[in-house]
Amino acid sequence: MLWLIHACGDSTMVKQLKEVLQDGLYNRKFIIGSSITLLFFAMALLSYTWTPHSVEEINIAVKLAKPSLEYWLGTDHFGRDIFSMLIFGARNSVIVAMVAIVIGMGVGVPLGLIAAAKKGWIDETIMRFNDFTFAFPALISAIMITAILGPGSVNSIIAIGIFNIPVFARITRGTALSLWKREFILAAKSAGKGSIQISLEHILPNASNILIVQATIQFALGILAEAGLSYLGLGTQPPAPSWGKMLNDAQTFIHFAPQLAIYPGLTIAITVLGLNLFGDGLRDVLDPKLRRSR
Amino acid sequence: MMPVLEVKDLSVSLHTPRGLVRLISQIDFSLNPGEKFGIVGESGCGKSLTALSIMSLLPANAIMSGEIWFQGKNIQNLTEKQLRRMRGNRISMIFQEPMSALNPVKTIGAQIAEGLLLHLRINKKEAEIRTKQLLDSVGLPVSRFSLNLFPHQLSGGQRQRVMIAIAIACQPDVLIADEPTTALDVTVQERILDLINEIVEDSRMSLLMISHDLGIIAQTTERMVVMYAGNIVESGTTVDVFQSMVHPYTYGLFSAIPKPNRHLHARERLYSIPGQVPEPDARPVGCNFADRCFQVEEICRITPPDMKIIHGQHKVACYRPISHK
Repeated sequence: MLWLIHACGDSTMVKQLKEVLQDGLYNRKFIIGSSITLLFFAMALLSYTWTPHSVEEINIAVKLAKPSLEYWLGTDHFGRDIFSMLIFGARNSVIVAMVAIVIGMGVGVPLGLIAAAKKGWIDETIMRFNDFTFAFPALISAIMITAILGPGSVNSIIAIGIFNIPVFARITRGTALSLWKREFILAAKSAGKGSIQISLEHILPNASNILIVQATIQFALGILAEAGLSYLGLGTQPPAPSWGKMLNDAQTFIHFAPQLAIYPGLTIAITVLGLNLFGDGLRDVLDPKLRRSR
Repeated sequence: MMPVLEVKDLSVSLHTPRGLVRLISQIDFSLNPGEKFGIVGESGCGKSLTALSIMSLLPANAIMSGEIWFQGKNIQNLTEKQLRRMRGNRISMIFQEPMSALNPVKTIGAQIAEGLLLHLRINKKEAEIRTKQLLDSVGLPVSRFSLNLFPHQLSGGQRQRVMIAIAIACQPDVLIADEPTTALDVTVQERILDLINEIVEDSRMSLLMISHDLGIIAQTTERMVVMYAGNIVESGTTVDVFQSMVHPYTYGLFSAIPKPNRHLHARERLYSIPGQVPEPDARPVGCNFADRCFQVEEICRITPPDMKIIHGQHKVACYRPISHK
C-alpha cells in the first residue's frame, strides 16, 4: 500500500495525509478498524448499484430458505434475500448516522467554540443547557423525540442528531479551553485578532483531531441508536430494510430460524467494533505527541 | 520629541484565592521613536506583565491602574476594536518560546500572511509576495524555505525568525521582544539579536527589549530600567547603569556575572545575592530589597524609597545608593 501513498503529489494536504497513513500502517487497530469501516461503506455504496435480489421482492415459496448459491445467506419469512437486506441496511445506517453527526457537529462545535471564547454567562447558559440535554440517556431521549415527531427515518436522524449536539459541544469546549491557554493564542491576540477569528483560524484546526476521533465514535453510537430505534419500530419504516428492523422480525422465529437474528446482530456488532477500532487507531495516529515518540 | 510610548505609574494586581495581590507597582518609563529600551530583572519580577499591560492583554482577573499612552492616546480609552487594530499593526510582540508561540497546524507562510491580510489592505497575491520578502529579510530565503513548511519542520532559531517576521510584518512603531532568545542556544542567540538590531535600526522602530540577561540588554539597548519584585529600582542610559550602577540590587546582579578572565580558584564561589525574592503576597512594608541588602538601614524597612535623580537621566529608588566617587 506504501507505493500508492508515495505515488500521490506533494501538496501540503497530501503530505499530511501521507504521514498519517504511513503511521497508520504500523498501527494494528487502525488497519483492522479502517478495513472493516471501508468494507461497511463499500457495502452501503454497493446497494445503490447492485444487490443480489431486490429487497422488496417477496417470494413466499422460498421463505426461510437455507443459504445457497441463489440466496447467499438464505431468506427471511417473506422469502426476501437476507444478504441483500444487509447491504441495503448498511446504506440506511450510514445515512442516518452520518446526517446525525452533521447535525451534532454543525450545532455542537460552534456552541462549544462560543462557550470557550466568550466565557461568563454565555458559557454558563450554553453548558447548562447542554447538561440538561445530556441528563437524559441518549436512547431514551431519542425515543422521546420520535414519540413526539412520529416514527420514521428522518425523525430518527433528528433524534440521534440532537443527542449528538451536547457531546460535540462539550468536547469542543473542553479542547478549546485548554487551547486558549496556549502561547500561540496569546501571540494571535497580540497580532490583533478577535475571538471569532482566533476560534476559527487557530482553535478549530487544532481541535480537529479530537473532533474527528469523536465523530467516528459517535458514528458507531449512531448506528447502534438507529438499530435500536428501528428495532422498536420508531426508526426506519418497512418495507425499507434496516438492521434493527431485521432483528425485530427475527424475534418471532428465533427458535427455528436463529440465523435471521444472528446475521444482522453480527453485522451490527462487527461494524460497531470496526468503527470503534478505527476511532481508537485514528486517535493514536493523529496524536502528534504519540507520533513523535514513535 | 514626543515619546511614542509612555507608561505612567502602572500597577497591576491579580485576584487570587488568597485575595488581591499586587504584582507590579509604580512602573514609569517612556520610549522615544526609534529608541531601544531595555527592561531587565529576574523571573517573576513583572517584566512580562508590563509587556502584556502595554498590549492590553492582561488576564481577565487582573486589575490595572495608571496610564499607558501610545502615540498620544491613552490605551485604556480605546475600544476593543481599536485595540485590535493597534496590536500586531502598530505594536507587536516577539514571544519567548518559538516552540509554543506558533500555531502547530498552520504553515509558516499562512501565519505570516494572516497579519498582513488582517491589517493592511492588500489581496492574497500581494500578501504572498510580501511574505516572501519578509522571510528573506529574517534570513530564511524562499529559495531554501518553502512557505508551506510547518513549525515542527524548523529548528528553534528558524522558528524564532518566523516569529520575528510575523511581528514586523506590518512595520510596527514599537516592537516588544519578551525574552526573545531565552529558549535558544548562545550561538543562535547572537544571530537573532543581530537580526532584531538590524531590523529595528533599518525600519526606525522603537524596541522594548525584555530580558533577564544583562548581556543582551547591554548589546541591544540605549536606555534601560532594572526591575525588582514588581518595582523599578534603577533607570538610566544603559552606559550609566553599566558603568556606575547605584542600587545595591543592580550591584548584586553585576557581581553575580561570572568573569572568565579573573582567575577563579576552585574554592572561590560565584557571588550570589543572599536570600530570595519575596513572594508577591508577602512583600515587606518598606523597600522590597531590604531583607537582602548589604547596607540596609532602619528607614528602608519603614517606607519604600521614591525614585530620585542621581544625575541626568540616571535615577534610583534607594535611600543609600552606592557611591562611585
